[in-house]
Amino acid sequence: MNTIEERVKKVVVEQLGVSEDQVTMEASFVDDLGADSLDTVELVMALEEEFDAEIPDDKAENITKVKDAVNYIKATAPDA
Amino acid sequence: MKNLLKDQVCLVTGATRGLGQAIACALIEQGGIVYGTATSDNGASAITHGFKRIEGYGHGYGCVLDVTDAHSVGNLITKITEQSGAPLVLVNNAGITRDNLLLRMKESEWDEIMDTNLKSVYRLSKACLRGMTKARFGRIINISSVVGATGNAGQANYAAAKAGLIGFSKSLAQEMASRNITVNAIAPGFIETDMTHALNESQRQAIMKNIPMAKLGAPEDIASAAVFLASSMANYITGATIHVNGGMVMV
Repeated sequence: MNTIEERVKKVVVEQLGVSEDQVTMEASFVDDLGADSLDTVELVMALEEEFDAEIPDDKAENITKVKDAVNYIKATAPDA
Repeated sequence: MKNLLKDQVCLVTGATRGLGQAIACALIEQGGIVYGTATSDNGASAITHGFKRIEGYGHGYGCVLDVTDAHSVGNLITKITEQSGAPLVLVNNAGITRDNLLLRMKESEWDEIMDTNLKSVYRLSKACLRGMTKARFGRIINISSVVGATGNAGQANYAAAKAGLIGFSKSLAQEMASRNITVNAIAPGFIETDMTHALNESQRQAIMKNIPMAKLGAPEDIASAAVFLASSMANYITGATIHVNGGMVMV
């Protein structure tokens, strides 16, 4: 079983077409990984699918870095 | 041309009669798997029944939808997705009129039009976009009106909503173009439907004078434009408004 970090990274790599080593915990989707606003919406959709979770829009807006996504999922889906 | 929409899952709102019915039937004739919506169970079964009479009938289903209710919209999209796959062609056709001079127009007459004719398109489009985004394909076709471009005395609410659809279409077209999702509008002129049958003879004559083709359009004329926009023939068209009005307004 992969860790939450690994699964988030995998989704980011697939969605944004970036290489794995670019996806650090501190990396910002827009500033560091070249995502535009639509990419970030799609990324959240992909995360929802990966973790079978629902991320409300007001929470999704605060997920701007890889670590935000990891932390959100850890906090809301403890069994993931 | 046949099978332009082979196995494409399509959703047409307001398919009980008039334009929506003609559009839904035309999409089925092109091989689409078409869901047509009505506001009641009776309406939905009438739609299903009507679909079955289409020659070379493929797949068509009537279903109940209240376009003013986000839950109703969400439930229907979930149901269609489970049954046939995500709808990738959405025709926002459902609409009503509440004509009145603005001086006499009640706030409820304004609000009903905005909710049913404009906000419904926000609800339906948003609900379908997720599936379209994943599929990297989508066709949203919004049924506007010639009065959205010209205005019409007694229809400030209706014209505002129909003009709103055009601005909506252009904006969403820009947002989603990179995902191969096109968003276009069709602006029908005066077409033979229940909505125009409500006009009296002198109103009809006055309208006719302004139509170079000197006749009302048929619902099938609008359906043809919808089939075109839904098909691969319109792959490179987005944010456009197709006017189908017999030359009544040339913009």
